[in-house]
Amino acid sequence: MSPIPSAQLSSRIQPAATPPELLRNFCIIAHIDHGKSTLADRMLQLTGVVDARAMRAQYLDRMDIERERGITIKSQAVRMPWAVADEQGALVPYALNMIDTPGHVDFTYEVSRSLAACEGAVLLVDAAQGIEAQTLANLYLAMENDLAIVPVLNKIDLPAAQPEKYAEEIAGLVGGDPDDVLRVSGKTGEGVEVLLDKIVRTVPAPHGSADAPARAMIFDSVYDTYRGVVTYVRVVDGQLSPREKIVMMSTKAHHELLEIGVISPEAMPTKGLGIGEVGYLITGVKDVRQSKVGDTVTNQSKPASESLGGYADPKPMVFSGLYPIDGSDYPVLRDALDKLKLNDAALVYEPETSVALGFGFRVGFLGLLHLEIVRERLEREFDLDLISTAPNVVYDVTMEDRSVITVTNPSEFPGGKVGEIREPVVKATILAPSEFIGAVMELCQTRRGELGGMDYLSADRVEMRYTLPLAEIVFDFFDQLKSKTRGYASLDYEPAGDQAADLVKVDILLQGEQVDAFSAIVHKDKAYAYGVMMVGKLKELIPRQQFEVPIQAAVGSRVIARETVRAMRKDVLAKCYGGDISRKRKLLEKQKEGKKRMKTIGRVDVPQEAFIAALSTESGGKDAKEKARK
Amino acid sequence: MSPALPEGEVPPADGSLPAWLDDGADRSFGVYVHVPFCTVRCGYCDFNTYTASELLAEAGGRVAGHEAYAGTVLREVAQAARALDAVGRGGRPVSTVFVGGGTPTLLPAGDLVAVLDGVRSTWGLSPGAEVTTEANPDSVTPESLAELADGGFTRVSFGMQSAVPHVLATLERTHDPERVPRAVEWARDAGLAVSLDLIYGTPGESVEDWRRSLDAVVACGVDHVSAYALTVEEGTKMAAQVRRGVLPRPDPDDQAAKYELADDVLTAAGLGWYEISNWARTPDDACRHNVGYWRGDDWWGFGPGAHSHLGGAADGPRSVRWWNVKHPRAYADRLAAGATPAAGRELLGPDEVQLERVLLGVRIRDGLPLDHVDAAGRHAVAGLVADGLLDGGAAVRGTALLTRRGRLLADAVVRALTA
Repeated sequence: MSPIPSAQLSSRIQPAATPPELLRNFCIIAHIDHGKSTLADRMLQLTGVVDARAMRAQYLDRMDIERERGITIKSQAVRMPWAVADEQGALVPYALNMIDTPGHVDFTYEVSRSLAACEGAVLLVDAAQGIEAQTLANLYLAMENDLAIVPVLNKIDLPAAQPEKYAEEIAGLVGGDPDDVLRVSGKTGEGVEVLLDKIVRTVPAPHGSADAPARAMIFDSVYDTYRGVVTYVRVVDGQLSPREKIVMMSTKAHHELLEIGVISPEAMPTKGLGIGEVGYLITGVKDVRQSKVGDTVTNQSKPASESLGGYADPKPMVFSGLYPIDGSDYPVLRDALDKLKLNDAALVYEPETSVALGFGFRVGFLGLLHLEIVRERLEREFDLDLISTAPNVVYDVTMEDRSVITVTNPSEFPGGKVGEIREPVVKATILAPSEFIGAVMELCQTRRGELGGMDYLSADRVEMRYTLPLAEIVFDFFDQLKSKTRGYASLDYEPAGDQAADLVKVDILLQGEQVDAFSAIVHKDKAYAYGVMMVGKLKELIPRQQFEVPIQAAVGSRVIARETVRAMRKDVLAKCYGGDISRKRKLLEKQKEGKKRMKTIGRVDVPQEAFIAALSTESGGKDAKEKARK
Repeated sequence: MSPALPEGEVPPADGSLPAWLDDGADRSFGVYVHVPFCTVRCGYCDFNTYTASELLAEAGGRVAGHEAYAGTVLREVAQAARALDAVGRGGRPVSTVFVGGGTPTLLPAGDLVAVLDGVRSTWGLSPGAEVTTEANPDSVTPESLAELADGGFTRVSFGMQSAVPHVLATLERTHDPERVPRAVEWARDAGLAVSLDLIYGTPGESVEDWRRSLDAVVACGVDHVSAYALTVEEGTKMAAQVRRGVLPRPDPDDQAAKYELADDVLTAAGLGWYEISNWARTPDDACRHNVGYWRGDDWWGFGPGAHSHLGGAADGPRSVRWWNVKHPRAYADRLAAGATPAAGRELLGPDEVQLERVLLGVRIRDGLPLDHVDAAGRHAVAGLVADGLLDGGAAVRGTALLTRRGRLLADAVVRALTA
């Protein structure tokens, strides 16, 4: 008896004509490199959606196109047929929808919408590594959403696998018996059929009202060069059909459904989507902002009165100034941001001018990883060389006259009478071997963290929950965490509101002139350390001038740190006779060219390289990169 | 003279000069003769010079050595005479001659005199012409100096560098410091004006060491002193030693302090600065040949690697500069074949002439007339005066004159004046 439904069985699970009880919607929660795509590929193969021979070609194709067209081609939701015997032994066909979840920390909201589109989640954990903080956070999110959890240990073929140990850890987290944790190998295919069976048996069927006005939730939308925006939805009530008019409930925007269908594994137009079904819509819009993740789609002629709820606008949490190193690249940067925006609803930016760096943009991101992804795409896809200023968070400053100023750039920090400053905080989850508890606590304390709780996942692994100011995480936190735990700790965080804090703006002055690009908002207790660090760095980077250059760090008018670049005392060629003149003239001509690449702050000539070095956000950028890799 | 030749265009093979040159009546004409030989090469030196062993080691056995050198130079003199005649500049007498090196006094005095004779018979010498040769204190004798004086030399410049043995050792100078005052005496007895060259800021030289050298110079009672900050030139043995950490890199602040000390000591001894690195007892004691460089006059440099410069055109500021092939053998071969020894040249237009005028003119005590500076440069003058780099009184009178601080930052001043 083949688990791949026969043609006859398949007729019972046609799109737009599948009874909800024959649908199973699930996602896979996994840490990057714990083997999610390999397992997904194996499922596609076992369900006959992709045959074994086509698998490799398919895979390669996908890579090529991904390279060509970025991330747009990824299968956001694949429909797979699978047959399971019922109690009487008769094969029953099911349509399984595997919904992709974004794998990184900055996209918690998107993850939550993907989870909301499912009734179940496969918790996939590397049998050699155990669960990671991000996976844990997403698991909690799934459990809060009442998803059925199917725990699975992957990579059991690895010599270093410790399935017993990690099965126990997982059972401790999701409840149940360690023996209920499935063991699979995405690589060899071992255990994957059992897993598919278990998904059918464990994950509840969706339910909704067939007669109610149509309601479908958008869980992803991507921009495709050829088709415009492709919107991925999960139908909750009613039915969506081609050619009908739909309404986006948050914006009230009307669109015609040019195409509706499922992915299996290619986009396949259908006669519509019914209750519990997952698929895509194409309306011809060109900007993902017109198809917002979390929004509810309804029918124009018979609109729902209430949306599905849970919709939220993406909110940038981290801001950074992006400046082209070559000022003439400004229009290229502007066009590049306009293009990226089509496919990134969370990307916000506005032009900004810096005395030190010239024309650029202040860009808002969901987090550090998002920043790094955008920056990398700008540099790679648009061939731009960029300086990014140190990332900062958004502060709400209430003045004594009760007016509120939102500060996304330290240089906008108001100078007058400040009443209260609020900063965003996050809930952070850190998983680490228990021997590093002390080190992690020490780090979190120096970063103004509040311990919320601590649990042992197993005898030697601990989960620590902290509330931390986001600003502290943005600055070098992940690097520090990794180095203090020899690379073993993992981190996840999600926004958790804001708090009042004792913050000050530290300005950096060169010869008394404030350099906007170097201003930072820091906690009062850290102002001194920041000031000393920055003036020290600049002292090494600013070449000696004909005059003494004081470098000061100041809070308001109070100088908290000072260094001096001593005046250059000698700048003259000792010998200048007949044979030296030509060389000397050419040297001067070269120096005059070089001067054009200097920024002049007051009278101080500062080479562009000094700005880049002083602003290099290595820590921030690396954080995010590491995170994506680990 | 710098070792690496500049980038330039290929000069005409026949050695002809640009036709646009005017008659040069308003410019003095100097002759430089380069003698590219030394007994040893000093570790800091990047000049175009060769030791006997370097020359002998070369293949072919046709060594362009000392013996035939004077004759080779005289071939170039004859070639120069023809080229100058062709553009109508042949009629001017030579106002200064300077024989530099290398170690000119490695050649027999008679050879140096023979070259001078050739110059004199070709163009004539102006009345009171200044004729200088560089010399190593240990390559002269009372007799050789007398012979030079008899042959028409008026001035000798000794490469003293330092009076302190460990500093001389670092510089790899082989002379005995005790010999310097004696050589000065001999030169004076021969009727020659005497200048001493010093180097400061050598790795390991203390301020006290430097003061000793200055005191020794003052004790000699000479009327002219040149003092140069040591520059570690790429490609020298010293550069390698600095790179490897065997010698510390010269510290510009230390050199600045030593410059100020030199200026103090020499001024107190009655020698006033007349160029950034040069001091003289009276204006008449200045080296007129070198002043010609800073004024942008004409000069012809004879010998391997030597640079020449001719300015002046009816249609505005233009000039031509060229330089000879570096190696003595290539130089000799070219001349033997009747070809020009010039390896490259540059034709300077108004902008380059202007830039050179500023960068050279600002170095001297006479100062740079501000009408040679464009509007942007004049605009910078007030700031330079305020920063203490230019003399305020002189600026009011229309001249850019460096203060002592300004002399140490002369390149920055030039950049500001030509911004």
